[in-house]
Amino acid sequence: MRKKVIASLLTATAVVGMLAGCGGSSDSGSDTAASGEEGKVINIYSWNDEFRTRLEAIYPEVESTSDDGTVTTLKDGTEIHWIINPNQDGVYQQKLDEALLNQADAAADDKIDIFLSETDYVYKYTDADADVAMPLEDLGIDPDTDLADQYEFTKTTASDQNGVQRGSTWQCCPGLLVYRRDIAKDVFGTDDPATVGEKVKDWDTLAATAEELKAKGYYTFASYADTFRLYGNSIDEPWVESGETVININQNIMDWVDDSKEWLDAGYFDKTVKGQWNDDWNKSMSSSSKVFAFLLPAWGIDFTLSPNWDGEDGAWAVTNPPQEYNWGGSYIHACTGTDNPEHVKDIILSLTADKDNLIKISKDYLDFTNTVSGMQEAAKDPEFASEFLGGQNPYEYFAPVAENIQIAPLSAYDQGCVELIQNSFSDYFQGNVDYDKAKSNFETAIIERYPDITEVAWPE
Amino acid sequence: MKSQKTPRLRTIVAYLVLILLSFLCLFFFYILIINATRSHADLQKGFSALPGGYLLENLKNVANDGSFPMFKGIVNSLIVSISTAALCTYFSSLTAYGLYAYNFKGKKIAFTFIMAILVMPTQVTAMGFLRLITNMGMYDSLLPLIIPSIASPAVFYFMYSYLQSSLPLSLVEAARIDGSGEFMTFNRIVLPIMKPAIAVQAIFTFVGAWNNYFVPALVIQSKDKMTVPILIATLRGADYMNFDMGKIYTMIMVAIVPIIIVYLFLSKYIIAGITLGGVKE
Amino acid sequence: MKKKSKSVSYAKWGYVFIIPFFLCYFIFSLIPLVDTVRYSFFEYYRSGIKEIGPNFIGMENYVSLLQSDMLDYTGNTIILWVIGFIPQIVIALLLANWFTDIRMKIRGKQFFKVVIYLPNLIMASAFAMLFFALFSTNGPINSILTSADLIEKPIDFMGTVFGTRSLIGLMNFLMWFGNTTIMLMAAIMGISPDVFEACELDGCTGIKRFFYITLPLIRPILAYTLITSIIGGLQMFDVPQILTNGQGNPDRTSMTLIMFLNSHLKSKNYGMAGALSVYLFIVSGILCFFVYRMTNGNEEEAAKKAARKAAKKQAKKGGVR
Repeated sequence: MRKKVIASLLTATAVVGMLAGCGGSSDSGSDTAASGEEGKVINIYSWNDEFRTRLEAIYPEVESTSDDGTVTTLKDGTEIHWIINPNQDGVYQQKLDEALLNQADAAADDKIDIFLSETDYVYKYTDADADVAMPLEDLGIDPDTDLADQYEFTKTTASDQNGVQRGSTWQCCPGLLVYRRDIAKDVFGTDDPATVGEKVKDWDTLAATAEELKAKGYYTFASYADTFRLYGNSIDEPWVESGETVININQNIMDWVDDSKEWLDAGYFDKTVKGQWNDDWNKSMSSSSKVFAFLLPAWGIDFTLSPNWDGEDGAWAVTNPPQEYNWGGSYIHACTGTDNPEHVKDIILSLTADKDNLIKISKDYLDFTNTVSGMQEAAKDPEFASEFLGGQNPYEYFAPVAENIQIAPLSAYDQGCVELIQNSFSDYFQGNVDYDKAKSNFETAIIERYPDITEVAWPE
Repeated sequence: MKSQKTPRLRTIVAYLVLILLSFLCLFFFYILIINATRSHADLQKGFSALPGGYLLENLKNVANDGSFPMFKGIVNSLIVSISTAALCTYFSSLTAYGLYAYNFKGKKIAFTFIMAILVMPTQVTAMGFLRLITNMGMYDSLLPLIIPSIASPAVFYFMYSYLQSSLPLSLVEAARIDGSGEFMTFNRIVLPIMKPAIAVQAIFTFVGAWNNYFVPALVIQSKDKMTVPILIATLRGADYMNFDMGKIYTMIMVAIVPIIIVYLFLSKYIIAGITLGGVKE
Repeated sequence: MKKKSKSVSYAKWGYVFIIPFFLCYFIFSLIPLVDTVRYSFFEYYRSGIKEIGPNFIGMENYVSLLQSDMLDYTGNTIILWVIGFIPQIVIALLLANWFTDIRMKIRGKQFFKVVIYLPNLIMASAFAMLFFALFSTNGPINSILTSADLIEKPIDFMGTVFGTRSLIGLMNFLMWFGNTTIMLMAAIMGISPDVFEACELDGCTGIKRFFYITLPLIRPILAYTLITSIIGGLQMFDVPQILTNGQGNPDRTSMTLIMFLNSHLKSKNYGMAGALSVYLFIVSGILCFFVYRMTNGNEEEAAKKAARKAAKKQAKKGGVR
């Protein structure tokens, strides 16, 4: 017991020293990788069983998974241990961070081998100074050749500030505008996706369309949170420049604030829906709602819209959004210090670079997968038509959006900024506070979340 | 005349107030249970006062979800809550008795100390607590959820107050004269007298442990050690993978049913214990 | 003389009996507390997964907390506690009195007791979730009210300061009044029936009896209720946290101190969280001091009474023998 105490105290200081002391890429990862001995246990950190189901479905080495889903055995006897913590309240990141700090000290079988991250906080883990996610090249994966068929923006997203790719994803989350056919027919006289697409092709056109919808008693979108991703993902500079401690609020964000207030006051949003992921939002997807459209990626249609829709299949259709955007995405990272580099490499390649596997995921789980050529084929393949969308093939619309996504430059502070700016200004939208108070509430909240932030710079 | 009328009027008022309060209390449970019997699609249509026929389906969804070991969670929660209630009430009574019945140096200081820490929020020490148990090798086990309950100042204070009001020291003296050892006196004479207080506090600690989310969320890591609130929190997450509201309502229902059964069982015992009242004079 | 020598011989048992409590407390609360206090003087947080510090910065954390909105959150916490506690204690006293009044003969006592305690059983977080769903603008409560023509437009309960705070107060009230009632009942039933009988013979009414007999005699338990409620109030977290999604919306008017602490813990700001914990500790200490003074006065009285009682008993026993 005592030894353990001392040992962990020592490593705690050692890790702190290492993290604080040496910047740049450290070579501790390649040391372990070079030793050549593969461990018997692969530990994978994730927040739900999404990745496990994908792996079970397509990774050829899988032998079986225990009934409770915590251990997957591979054909060579290696065990994958799944360590699942909910995303709720940041629990997943807390536990992962704790484990990452103890990584150097952990016994070989307890070391994290693979962990997952989401677009909102991927940058926290791909940071070159932190060096917790291994560069793919150190694993023996060459992004330029092995991952050539991936969408470029997913590769940029998973790269650190020096452009070194440190993660890879099987999915790609281009978003579309999903609308109710019956409302389209009522207001525009047609539910044809191409015609509706014209009506929503950019923000100005959409505003005019919103007026038409309002005249008939419909809301264009459910809430101001629905449009945020479109504005937020098109910022041209990161929230925080690398190495700085100033939050730069992009003009696009303030445009979102102004437009949202305008739209809300004009009655284009449903005033009773405040934000997403709540009961009101869910209800606004049901047949009794007056909401015309949602802005959702592929997973949003299958996991959110479809279960909330209580009418017949075929009531919804997709078309182009007013602006290309990406929403979500789970990245697979090899953890620095892994004792199973060969397995990890194999898993990453099999799940994110094998076109056949990816197409299979698209078929089985309706993910929009990370293969440019595969998705282009899917767009033309009638087999991918969706019953829920009345026989429409959504890939026809997803594929071009995916190719045009301009991913916003990332920073390690994105998750907090995105969350808190929406929260702070929702008081303003609802008329509880004035504009300046909302700004200062954001400043308070962001400094609470990120103690190292010294200033918030608002655009003039 | 007057004294006869007033009680009747008061009784009517009492019934009205009680019925109103009972309605308030039951109404939310009613909605919970109704909603647990309906499918997600039904729930989307809005509230209905009548139950649906989807309860079995919801239960099946809950039971068959392998990534979500609800029944294992209930067992874990039962282990933690029962051990906590037992340890907490026993040691609190013991401490209260030790401070009440004996005179020793530092007694006043000890008492004042406990009173001083009475209102310290547990969250205050949470981070240090986590570091400590990690270093002690108790991370990701149920022990750190149980053992600290030995030191519960609030329960101690209740026991102490109760002893003051219902344990005459003469009784202890009498036991000593009969040749009873000190531990024996505590276990055979004092504990039975404290039964009503213990029953009340056992319920409170049990419920507290059952519903505790803050500490288990920090300490428990692996799925097979998770307690019910952590599992509920997993469901609550704004995660598109857990979207079935019917299932969520059912989970909440499954989480509170065992505790209601335990309560119904213990409440009778408590009320009987109170009516008997510690020491009859 | 005789008495003293007796107490000395049993003193070691006093130590034995209280040792588990103190040992446990020192290990699981005091060491972490010292750890927390120590870090309050350091700049120590995580930026991403890089750890900054610990660098000793003296009182800086304390100063910057005072400059933040901490005092507002203290006010919020007090308001939220008061609007839950006042109805709770009033109703609980009323009910406890009714239940224990032999002359009122309330039927179904058992049923009512079981029912009013029920809300305390449900997890605070689950309860808050339930309220969030019920009182949402498109939720059941609004749909019931609208269909009964009581209101024209759905009420935006959680969009206003008053609505949010009332909901939190209502939840705290519902969750705790049954608990308090049972506690007070236990106290009232602990009062010797002789006292009530004597009172009856003297012809006092229910109201008089309540104010002159019941209330003074249950003061220790009332104080206990007050203390536990203050602890609960200071620790108020689950309900407003879930109801407002950790933001204390609108305009942070429902942000409690522990929610504030939680947001520092969440951002792994050990230094700031430590300093806030120390403030909380001091506030708790002050509150506790007042309550302790209050109860202590009573205790002396009670002790005197107990002594008198014991003496009487002794005398009785002696007489019989």
